[in-house]
Amino acid sequence: MEVAQKALPYFIEGLQITLYIFIIAVIVGFLIGLIVALMRLSPAKPLQWLAIVYVDVIRGTPFIVQLFFIYFGLNSLEWLSMDRMYAGILTVAINAGAYFAEIIRAGIQSIDKGQTEAARSLGMTGRQTMVQIILPQAFRRMLPTITNQAIISLKDTSLLSIIGIADLTQQGQVQQATTFEPFIVWTMVGLLYFVVIYLLSLLSKFLERRFTLR
Amino acid sequence: MSIIKVTNLKKSFGDVEVLKDINVEIAEQEVVCVIGPSGSGKSTFLRCLNRLEEITGGHVIVDSFDITDPKININKVREEVGMVFQHFNLFPHKTVLENITLAPIKVRKSDKAKADEQAMQLLDKVGLRDKAGSYPGELSGGQKQRVAIARALAMNPKIMLFDEPTSALDPEMVGDVLAVMKQLALEGMTMVVVTHEMGFAREVGDRVLFMDGGYIVEENVPGALFDAPQHERTKSFLSKVL
Repeated sequence: MEVAQKALPYFIEGLQITLYIFIIAVIVGFLIGLIVALMRLSPAKPLQWLAIVYVDVIRGTPFIVQLFFIYFGLNSLEWLSMDRMYAGILTVAINAGAYFAEIIRAGIQSIDKGQTEAARSLGMTGRQTMVQIILPQAFRRMLPTITNQAIISLKDTSLLSIIGIADLTQQGQVQQATTFEPFIVWTMVGLLYFVVIYLLSLLSKFLERRFTLR
Repeated sequence: MSIIKVTNLKKSFGDVEVLKDINVEIAEQEVVCVIGPSGSGKSTFLRCLNRLEEITGGHVIVDSFDITDPKININKVREEVGMVFQHFNLFPHKTVLENITLAPIKVRKSDKAKADEQAMQLLDKVGLRDKAGSYPGELSGGQKQRVAIARALAMNPKIMLFDEPTSALDPEMVGDVLAVMKQLALEGMTMVVVTHEMGFAREVGDRVLFMDGGYIVEENVPGALFDAPQHERTKSFLSKVL
C-alpha cells in the first residue's frame, strides 16, 4: 500500500504525458487519414498512388521499426534534428494516419451514390457535397472503427518508452527499479491504461447514441 | 420557345450504347412524360438533362446553355433544374426543414430566416408542415417523396425532372405524390417525368414520349398515343401495361 501511494504521483505524471502524446497524435493522425483518404478517392492518379504507397508501407512494417526509422534513422541525417517527443508523436500520428485513411475511405464509399446525386442535382459543388452530405454521414458510420483505432494508437504510445519518453510505461519501469515491487507496479500501470481506454469506449458509445437519433 | 433542346444525344456505358440518337425539344411550361419498357434508356435520358450522366455525343441545350460543353459551369445550370429520384435520396442526417433549406442557403446564399420561411411554405404546399422537425427516417415513403419535391422546388427551378417518382412507393402513397405533381403542372412548371403511371401521363402530360432500345420510337399528345399508337412496339408495350 505504501509502495502504491509513493508510486502514484509518478504514474499520474506519466499518464499525463501518455495522454498528451495520444491526443495530439490522434488528431494529427486523423487529419492525415482524411487527406490521404480524399487523395485515394480523387480522380488524379498520382495522388491515388501516393496514398496507396503510404498506406501499404505503414501497414507493411512494424510500429517499432517505424519509430526507430524516424527517431534514429531520420535523426542521423545531418540536416534534421528532432527531439524524442516530436519523433514519438510523429510516429504515432503517421502510423494511425494510414489506418484512419482506410477507415475513412471505406466510410465515404459506403454512402449511397444517390446522396451525391441529390446534392449535385441541387447545384452543390463537389466540395460542398463532401462536407455537408457525405462526411457527416460517413463519420457516424465510422465512429466504432475510429474508436478502435484510437485505442490501438493509445496502446502504441507505450512503445515510446523505448526511446526514453517518460510516459506511463516508462514510469512503470522506473518505479519497478526503485521499489522492487513489479507486481504492484504493473498492476497499477495496467489499471490506469484500462481506465483511460474504458472511458474512451464509453465516450464513443455515447457519441454513437447521440448521432443515431433515427 | 424551347427550354430544352436535345440533338443527336448518345450515351454509352462502356461498350453498351444505351441512348442511340435522341432528338427532342421541350417547350417552357410543357409537361412531357417519358414511358417505355425497363432498359429502354428513359432514366438515362432524363439524367443526361442535368448531366448526372456524362454525355457521350450530341448536344443538350438546357435553359440556353449547352451542357455538353465541358467548359460550362454545370452547377449553375443544375441550380435551375430540380430533380426528384425514385429512391428520394433525402439527407438522413438532416431534418426535413434542413433538407429543404440546405441548397438555398449554401448555393443560392439566401439567409436562413428567408430560407426557413420559404421551406415552410413549400411544406404547406406538399401538406407536411407538421413534419418540419422530423428526420427522413421517421417519414413514410410518400411523405419522403413529397419532401424531396419540396427540396427541389426550394431552388425555384425553371425545370423539374422526375425519375420514376412513384415506383418505390406503396400503392396507397402514390396518389398524394401524383397530386402534388399535378398541382405543379397546373402552376405552369416545365416538367419531364419518367413514369409508369399511365393514368398520370394521360391526364397531366401535354406530350408523351415512348422510348425503346435507346430511341424515342413515338411521341404524341397523350390521347393519340394511348388510344391510337402508330408503331408496333408502342402497341405491344401499351397492350401489356394498360
